[in-house]
Amino acid sequence: MIIYDFLYNLVFSITQSAVAGDITAMVISALLPLFILVLPFALLAVWLERKVSAHMQDRLGPMRTGSHGWLQTVADVIKLLQKEDIVAAANDRTLFNIAPILVFAGSYLVFAALPFSSAYIGSNIDLGLIFIIAASGFVVAGILMAGWSSNNKYSLLGAMRSAAQIISYEIPTILVILTIIMITGTTNLRTLSEMQTGYFWNWMIFGGAGFSLSKFLFIPFMLIGFVTLFISTLAEVNRTPFDIPEAESELVSGYHTEYSGMKFAMFFMAEYANMFAVSAIVSAIFLGGYQSPFGYLGNTFGLHWLIPIEQFLWFASKGVFFVLVQMWLRWTLPRLRVDQLMALCWKYLIPIAFVNLIIIGLITVL
Amino acid sequence: MALKTEQMILNMGPQHPSTHGVLRLEIVLEGEIIQKVTPHIGYLHRCFEKHCEAMTYPQVIPYTDRMDYLAAMGNEFGYVIAVEKLLGIQVPERVEYIRVIMGELQRIASHLVAIGTYGNDIGAMTPFLFAFRDREVVLNLFEITCGARMLYNYIWVGGLSHDLHPDFVRLTREFITYFRPKIIEMNELLSTNKIFIERTANVGVLPLETAINYGITGPMLRGSGFKWDLRKDDTYSVYNKFDFDIPIGEGKVGTVGDCWDRYFVKILEMGESLKIIEQALDQLPEGDVTSAIPKRIKPPIGSVYARVENPKGELGYFIISNGTTSPFRVKVRGPSFVNLGIMDVLCKNHMVADVIAILGSVDIVLGEVDR
Amino acid sequence: MKTEEEIFNLLKENFNDDIMELVKQPVDHYILCNPLKINEISLFLLSNEELLFDSLMNLSGVDDANGTSTIKEGITTIEGGTLSVYYHLESTKFRHKIILRISTPREKPEAASVALVWRSADWHEREAFDLLGIIFLNHPDLRRILMPYDWDAGYPLRKDYANPEFYHGMKVPY
Repeated sequence: MIIYDFLYNLVFSITQSAVAGDITAMVISALLPLFILVLPFALLAVWLERKVSAHMQDRLGPMRTGSHGWLQTVADVIKLLQKEDIVAAANDRTLFNIAPILVFAGSYLVFAALPFSSAYIGSNIDLGLIFIIAASGFVVAGILMAGWSSNNKYSLLGAMRSAAQIISYEIPTILVILTIIMITGTTNLRTLSEMQTGYFWNWMIFGGAGFSLSKFLFIPFMLIGFVTLFISTLAEVNRTPFDIPEAESELVSGYHTEYSGMKFAMFFMAEYANMFAVSAIVSAIFLGGYQSPFGYLGNTFGLHWLIPIEQFLWFASKGVFFVLVQMWLRWTLPRLRVDQLMALCWKYLIPIAFVNLIIIGLITVL
Repeated sequence: MALKTEQMILNMGPQHPSTHGVLRLEIVLEGEIIQKVTPHIGYLHRCFEKHCEAMTYPQVIPYTDRMDYLAAMGNEFGYVIAVEKLLGIQVPERVEYIRVIMGELQRIASHLVAIGTYGNDIGAMTPFLFAFRDREVVLNLFEITCGARMLYNYIWVGGLSHDLHPDFVRLTREFITYFRPKIIEMNELLSTNKIFIERTANVGVLPLETAINYGITGPMLRGSGFKWDLRKDDTYSVYNKFDFDIPIGEGKVGTVGDCWDRYFVKILEMGESLKIIEQALDQLPEGDVTSAIPKRIKPPIGSVYARVENPKGELGYFIISNGTTSPFRVKVRGPSFVNLGIMDVLCKNHMVADVIAILGSVDIVLGEVDR
Repeated sequence: MKTEEEIFNLLKENFNDDIMELVKQPVDHYILCNPLKINEISLFLLSNEELLFDSLMNLSGVDDANGTSTIKEGITTIEGGTLSVYYHLESTKFRHKIILRISTPREKPEAASVALVWRSADWHEREAFDLLGIIFLNHPDLRRILMPYDWDAGYPLRKDYANPEFYHGMKVPY
């Protein structure tokens, strides 16, 4: 917001053209998260994943590239950039090339609507929540394309499983989001975050702001909703225990078996970008988004420019916290079977989310 | 209007992350449901039996190591028992005790690999590395004993290649105290995990009748609920001097003889092996381990079938001697080879993901299947 | 629990000439049987209530190399003589063991299959077929098992086996 206005004013003062200012500000503020967030975060997360898993398993993990191996991912990316881009003769070349871009674009689109801080939100659209759901559904098309065009049975099986899984788990996700929309009456993520301002008891997981009876009635159902949302987002990003589409031990690596070099890296980065995106959504909806749980240092010291930076840090740390939880789960739990995964979704999560929706609806009416 | 469907043939392997080597499974699928599994083996065939015919009896020992390379001590053990039976010689008591200790340590090491890779097959990476961390300690014990970590050539006909290292007894006792809590840790991390149970309970159920008819042995047979262990039921070496139980599958979380039972039998067996090692260390007699090694091994004409309880099941050696210094025919009855033969029965009407769970619970080593 | 003599006598009563003799060796003793009747003998051993041999521990084919062997230009050829199969049986109930042996002529090595009596014999018989060329009649799926399916240079475990020069254009002796 502020960044957009700042850029707009800057360009407008130089060119005196509203259109040019608009376009430049839009492009730059939309590209910002890619360069300041998605790429560095993917690099960090890959390194983090390796270190977290290593320490959970009594190992050291990468140790040689830089102190404690922090340059390892950079080295990996350089390696991947240099690798030959292999396209097998039997692949459907066009679809094969589009698929990784589509998957990456899909997961990156989500970042556009994420409220990083009160001063910066890529695109402050009113349908933020709906947009995020729609954009993450975009990934399915990419995965299906990848699986189909690879012309490999493992890839196809992986892609089919993945599509079935992501689409199924969108339902509990949407049902939980619907309950939130019902309470707050907004789909704008910035408004949603602003509603949870103040202290942590104003967060949606604790029933939202205000001290009415309904707030206390909401708390248990909000917890249920929070757990349901977390589980189903976990499944949407194909993380353990739901990493069935790329189950190494069964399907080699699922839909991206045939990919090499940078195209593989795009799937890989999309996965890590997605991890952060869903964590950010969960924290934006239930844990106050960029809001601090205890108030701001900027307010205490009267330094108002500090608040957006603090907010950004809170948002990032909430996101990283959930990313760490996902890693923790990944290195602890085995994998479900594909029918058990579907059973979990259709027999447990959807009914729970649905009943939750009805009960919260009744409370809201009261 | 009926939809046109067709069966899909999926080739799993020989290059596949969880076929535990170069096994190729040809799977006929109807959707994700398996109609038929045909194992194709032989990618690791190294003509062990043909080689034996050209070598003297002691020269065969290093080759036996390379069959079930995760349980090389057990392979040597079985082979020397067969040759000693053919020669009709007795070995000193100390040698027998050391052989038993080595055999049981090897059983722990082999089961750790089986359990760890099984966790990995199901999708849990951490138990795999925990198991390998503990196996490392066992391998260190082997290393101070005979210098090798995997392929030992330690147990010789009539004796052993070296006596124990002076620190061996102390280090083994340390290992026992170190390892007991690790079994509990493994149970907490994997055996009782809800998802792990969901994946393995009631999957690949092997009824006892079928198991015996298919010649299944080892933890697989015991997983089906049959108390059958050659260490007790056809005792050899000095196993009759130790007090230990034979764990069997009880269907605690599912049906008797499912993948979980086969897995859990291995966990329990590690505890029993620790018991045996502890007793053997207490009773370990003094003596010379190389004195009974015959200078020249030339068995009389005849044949012998000797078998031992290897970690994976009954390992049998059928040796025919024609009175010369090299065997006329050696046939190995590898437990992995026989156990793998039941894949089709176990997998029918399961899903692709279950093939991995079942194959992991069968616990094969391709070195032994293909020899 | 029955001794080998008792089992031999019981078999002799039921199968007369198909059971030839009980051969005694220093360690193991075996009963020599008719190769074409081995399936019936096996079924009897499995189903007789006093025997109940429910487990086939091992099945091994052996080239007896007891024919006349001629060496010409470094290549050994054996003519005549027999190929044998040993069956190691055990009863898990009575804990008794027995070894059967059949011998079949080298020129026409045929034996009845026991794969339908003990399923464990399936792969063992395929192996004996693969490595020694013993043909098991009525085997459900007699294919090569360890060697490549298209191996046409003979049976490796025979004593007169010689490596082929080439296999699919690849040089075999190294």
